[in-house]
Amino acid sequence: MRYSGLKVITEGLFGNKGWKPAWRDPAPKPEYDAIIVGGGGHGLATAYYLAKDHGLTNIAVLEKGYLGSGNIGRNTTIVRANYFLQGNSEFYSHSLKLWEGLEAELNYNVMHSQRGLINLFHSDGQRDAFVRRGNAMINQSDDAVLLDREGVRKLLPYLDFDNTRFPIYGGLLHPRGGTARHDAVAWGYARGADTRGVDLIQNCEVTGIDIENGQVTGVQTSRGAIRAKKVGMIVAGRSGQVAAMAGMRLPVESHVLQAFVTEGLKPVIDHVISFGMGHFYISQSDKGGLVFGGDLDFYASYASRGNLPMVEHVMEAGMTLMPMIGRAKVLRSWGGIMDMTPDGSPIIDKTHINGLYIDCGWNYGGFKAVPASGWCMAHLMATDKSHQFARRFRLDRFATGHVMDEEGTGSQHNLH
Amino acid sequence: MRIPCPHCGQRDRREFYYSGADDLLHRPATDDPAAWDNYLHLRDNPAGDTRDLWYHEPCGTWIVVSRNTVTHAVDGAQAVTDVAQGVRT
Ligand SMILES: Cc1cc2nc3c(=O)[nH]c(=O)nc-3n(C[C@H](O)[C@H](O)[C@H](O)COP(=O)(O)OP(=O)(O)OC[C@H]3O[C@@H](n4cnc5c(N)ncnc54)[C@H](O)[C@@H]3O)c2cc1C
Ligand SMILES: [Zn+2]
Repeated sequence: MRYSGLKVITEGLFGNKGWKPAWRDPAPKPEYDAIIVGGGGHGLATAYYLAKDHGLTNIAVLEKGYLGSGNIGRNTTIVRANYFLQGNSEFYSHSLKLWEGLEAELNYNVMHSQRGLINLFHSDGQRDAFVRRGNAMINQSDDAVLLDREGVRKLLPYLDFDNTRFPIYGGLLHPRGGTARHDAVAWGYARGADTRGVDLIQNCEVTGIDIENGQVTGVQTSRGAIRAKKVGMIVAGRSGQVAAMAGMRLPVESHVLQAFVTEGLKPVIDHVISFGMGHFYISQSDKGGLVFGGDLDFYASYASRGNLPMVEHVMEAGMTLMPMIGRAKVLRSWGGIMDMTPDGSPIIDKTHINGLYIDCGWNYGGFKAVPASGWCMAHLMATDKSHQFARRFRLDRFATGHVMDEEGTGSQHNLH
Repeated sequence: MRIPCPHCGQRDRREFYYSGADDLLHRPATDDPAAWDNYLHLRDNPAGDTRDLWYHEPCGTWIVVSRNTVTHAVDGAQAVTDVAQGVRT
């Protein structure tokens, strides 16, 4: 069913009785040409591009819960292309371009809103770093504008400009940065994949990976064995467990990241803003809630909830930056499990087993990456070759020393 | 979360710095690159019982904490100097 404004109006007039489920609920077949483990944003986007661009339609996405039950539905929805290192830069640039055409591509309203992202800086050193980053973004043909203190004040008059401890020196504005509706991205890709024949199988946990003579032959699941000569592991925070089924040990440690939302307020914050001292970022959702977050809790965790010290820290940072939000009531907080790598960059690569591929290591920045990750992972699974935009996201880069440490914080999983 | 420092007793998590799984106690005996990759980067990353390294800042002690990554329950802790630091070959 194609969605359109006319359809919304006619359905509204006739009691909304004509809407159909957005995808089927098929039983697993005994064999597919390819299997994707994990029905998050990256898994669903991979399935979509495999079907659409590579003609692989006899494929299945196996999801242990319901579609979108993982991080894709838990993030703070920031979409940006402001990376610095070669390898990251072209990848996220490509992703943002895909975002810009996504609603037309999927015939689905993902509520992509390019409201502008402003990263604040608070010292001369930080300004230098942001000038350099801005130049890298422009070299990559993306957009960046350096704002001085008065430039920031014009756009964000409600910040605390009198703070002497963390004075605001200025900000780097990325006008094409913004947010999107996270669930809608999963649903849009799911619907697009389903329409092209992909089986989306929910409540189907992969419990084993079958390998014969160095070639993958299928998977064991809570709904029986399923054969396939190609299997993609795209399970974000659970990558360690799924890779272990194939006897692999990954450069990944899973950590919990929290987020918060307040009650709905009238429009007050027009951009996405990040504080350069004491990690804090904030935007306002279309429902009016202030959506914000900060750092990881910093210790390995599989609990989808965090601890109070980080709650306190995030609130303190928010109050330091914009005291006006102090009267807003926090409605909910939650956590998601992040697949942290030792350099903070992701992995999209083959493994040492034929037909077994991996897409993981998204740290806390994998939402904006969903379109390009699906695009590149589909290319890899279909052609057995890395896509040019993902060629540096190698699984062996730690062993060979080709690390991509965007923040320069060193080889420790929780520092990125 | 509270962590039992062997010297100071139950202390608030905020007094500790975290450095990851206790793999770092098992320094490779050889200069084989694969062994070093394994030691520095690769992790079992268990969902469940784990042993990891924390530093208690007030008393300056590195400790190995036994805890559960799913429930956040902490079972116990030992000073690193009391733990056999096996060498992985
Ligand atoms: C609080 C928070 C804020 C964030 N903010 C941002 C942000 O502002 N911008 C940004 O770019 N990124 C952000 N991220 C990161 C982003 O959400 C993730 O990097 C990204 O969603 C991960 O990829 P995914 O969508 O495929 O993961 P998921 O949605 O987690 O998908 C993985 C799926 O695999 C399934 N699975 C696991 N094991 C199995 C198995 N054995 N069998 C079958 N299925 C299995 C899971 O159930 C899950 O549905 C944030 C994350 C969090 C938690
Ligand atoms: Zn102590």
